[in-house]
Amino acid sequence: MTAEKAIAQDVEANVRQHQEHDEAGNSKFGFIVFLLSESVIFLSFFAGYIVYKTTSPDWYPPGVTGLETREPLINTIVLVSSSFVIYVAERYLHDKKLWGFRLFLLATMAMGSYFLFGQAVEWHGLPFTYQSGLFGSTFFLLTGFHGLHVLTGILLQTLMLGRSFIPGNYDNGFFGVEATSLFWHFVDVIWIVLYTLIYVWQ
Amino acid sequence: MTNISIDAPEVVRGQPYPGAPDNWKRFFTFSTDHKVIGIQYIVTSFVFFLIGGLLSMVMRGELITPEADLVDRTVYNALFTMHGSIMLFMWTFPVLVGLGNYLVPLMIGARDMAFPRLNAVSFWMIPVVGILMLASFLVPGGASQSGWWAYPPVSLQNPTGHLINGQVLWILAVAISGVSSIMGAVNFVTTIFRMRAPGMTWFKTPAFVWAVLGAQLIQLYGLPALTGGAVMLLLDITIGTSFFAPERGGNPILYQHFFWFYSHPAVYVMILPAFGMFSEILPVHARKPLFGYRVIAASSILITVVSGVVWVHHMFASATPAWMRILFMVTSMLVAIPSGIKVFGWVATIWGGKIRFTTPMLFALGGISNWLFAGITGIFLASVPIDIHVNNTYFVVGHFHYVLYGAIVMGIYAGIYHWFPKMTGRMYYEGLGKLHFALTYLGTALTFLPMHPAGLMGMPRRVASYDLEFAYWNVLASLGGFLLGLSTLPFILNMVSSWIRGDKVGNNPWRAYGLEWLTSSPPTVENFEETPIVVSRPYGYGSNEPLVGNVPNPGLTEFPESFTQKTTS
Repeated sequence: MTAEKAIAQDVEANVRQHQEHDEAGNSKFGFIVFLLSESVIFLSFFAGYIVYKTTSPDWYPPGVTGLETREPLINTIVLVSSSFVIYVAERYLHDKKLWGFRLFLLATMAMGSYFLFGQAVEWHGLPFTYQSGLFGSTFFLLTGFHGLHVLTGILLQTLMLGRSFIPGNYDNGFFGVEATSLFWHFVDVIWIVLYTLIYVWQ
Repeated sequence: MTNISIDAPEVVRGQPYPGAPDNWKRFFTFSTDHKVIGIQYIVTSFVFFLIGGLLSMVMRGELITPEADLVDRTVYNALFTMHGSIMLFMWTFPVLVGLGNYLVPLMIGARDMAFPRLNAVSFWMIPVVGILMLASFLVPGGASQSGWWAYPPVSLQNPTGHLINGQVLWILAVAISGVSSIMGAVNFVTTIFRMRAPGMTWFKTPAFVWAVLGAQLIQLYGLPALTGGAVMLLLDITIGTSFFAPERGGNPILYQHFFWFYSHPAVYVMILPAFGMFSEILPVHARKPLFGYRVIAASSILITVVSGVVWVHHMFASATPAWMRILFMVTSMLVAIPSGIKVFGWVATIWGGKIRFTTPMLFALGGISNWLFAGITGIFLASVPIDIHVNNTYFVVGHFHYVLYGAIVMGIYAGIYHWFPKMTGRMYYEGLGKLHFALTYLGTALTFLPMHPAGLMGMPRRVASYDLEFAYWNVLASLGGFLLGLSTLPFILNMVSSWIRGDKVGNNPWRAYGLEWLTSSPPTVENFEETPIVVSRPYGYGSNEPLVGNVPNPGLTEFPESFTQKTTS
């Protein structure tokens, strides 16, 4: 094979690849890059938590021996299951079955809201505040920051649900739904690490 | 193989949409054109460069005598804090993002960035950051006085008791700047990964694009850590959490880890694009291919990786355990390898070349020589015993200003002169450019060289007054500082007057070999009339190979339509 032909084949392969690079693909790639970057914020908080927990002489505030794990575990199960529910919703949309999509998206939102409600109840009953030393500060920082993400996820889902009522909106691709779903899986994975760090490792 | 000429036909400048302004007014609109946004970034950042520079003039005025007689000490603290913050967050980052914004899509043959609207939003956050920073001078208690690193517990102090104080405004500004940079990084990485022209494989991608990619990857992995630390600091100040407050059980050293995990690699966010510009400019003005192109390209990514594991060298004097000091001393010195590869590559590029001593070439050579010096003092500082000795002295100030002004600012100037004909379609005045270079190079040496002996003798940094024995070096540095201030005047004069009435030049006045020179000057809205198809490597000086072709090999007939696809489709 001549060098010129090799170059030409190289170029041809690259042109084909280039054609496949559509805008939705760009958005998806960009969104994943963004999520990877955001996970670094959580990683730095987790790193902080580990450093504080392993180096602080008095970790828990006076009168606190540890955290109740039962209710948060139920919360965890609900949140993690919702990842499967939103996946089903996405499949329905993929098959152009809008009612199934709406139903399962609504179920996801309900499960996310249950999680937030459960967290609010837990926060309310805790015997310490964010001002109770390092443990209080890091606990509320981690769970609060994660809760903010859950709230964002629910808002995104609300937006996607609303958009499903605009005729023809999801006819040509549905990057918004894919991104919402990716975000929701991301929030779930973060929670699993968070639950392990705070509730399991006591 | 089909032939193409380096000079593309004259293309009429288009409009982004009917009725859009096609003159200077478009630089004041919410434009999504990466070229407009690039120039918006560059011009805005130069405004802040002058403001940050004026703050440093006051500081050098204060330091020209040993007594604190020009401004009082709290004002001096605010001055060095805001000088550092403005120069980094409002000048160096934005101007390099601006150059990257302008050049990357042109260099890879794309029509625009991957997310044009996000790009515009990223830019318009920058003026907000600037206003927040400058507004902090007006609130009770004045601007932040804890230095650009905002170390607790100093940064936790709030003597006025106001919630809106200089430190809080500083954190907000840095956080917004961080959001803008992360969005920008997502945009750059997506653009570079997915929008390169057909045929532009990774090892046909220009070295500048590699450098920008490396820099933006650092933003992605580093900035969130700083943002996380800043959020914790803000909560400590405002609602009384105890992350970094020692009296509440917090650990202020952890903040230093968060801060330097980003802020050390941040220097590579700034210097990598400068390196990239050196790599672009030297081959053009020496008429030779870039020596060791692949290695130079890959070393950008190597720097990205290694720079992520060196941050503790800023904390050798912060009660860091011995094992950590040694580990980070070694990793810090490793950075010298990819940096050295680049320098050797540059030297080999100009070796035996037909060098044209144009203004961009002079700035590139000057920047590289300054970088060599700064790199050597950097090795000094990476070794624990020397760092413990000179930590918090003017030696450190001299070192990082040699990096920042000597290499990075010189690189920025080199890039602006080199691509000025592309951006404006006109040529700058060579005489004024050379005067600017001479003043800048001399000013840099006169300002920052004397800081090294002063530091070695023990002069501490961040002080408004000092012992008489340091007076000689400080007078020199102050005079040099004023000279640097003066050096910006010919530059501004040159840029403004050349833009208005400079000689009109063709598309490729340097006879350069890169995609960005194939389109008109200034480029059309869509950058290229047709999507270019890259068939050979960049920097092919003397090879007589065409850079782009329409149908690379007539033997292969089944080519997709996109080979001649209109970019406007």
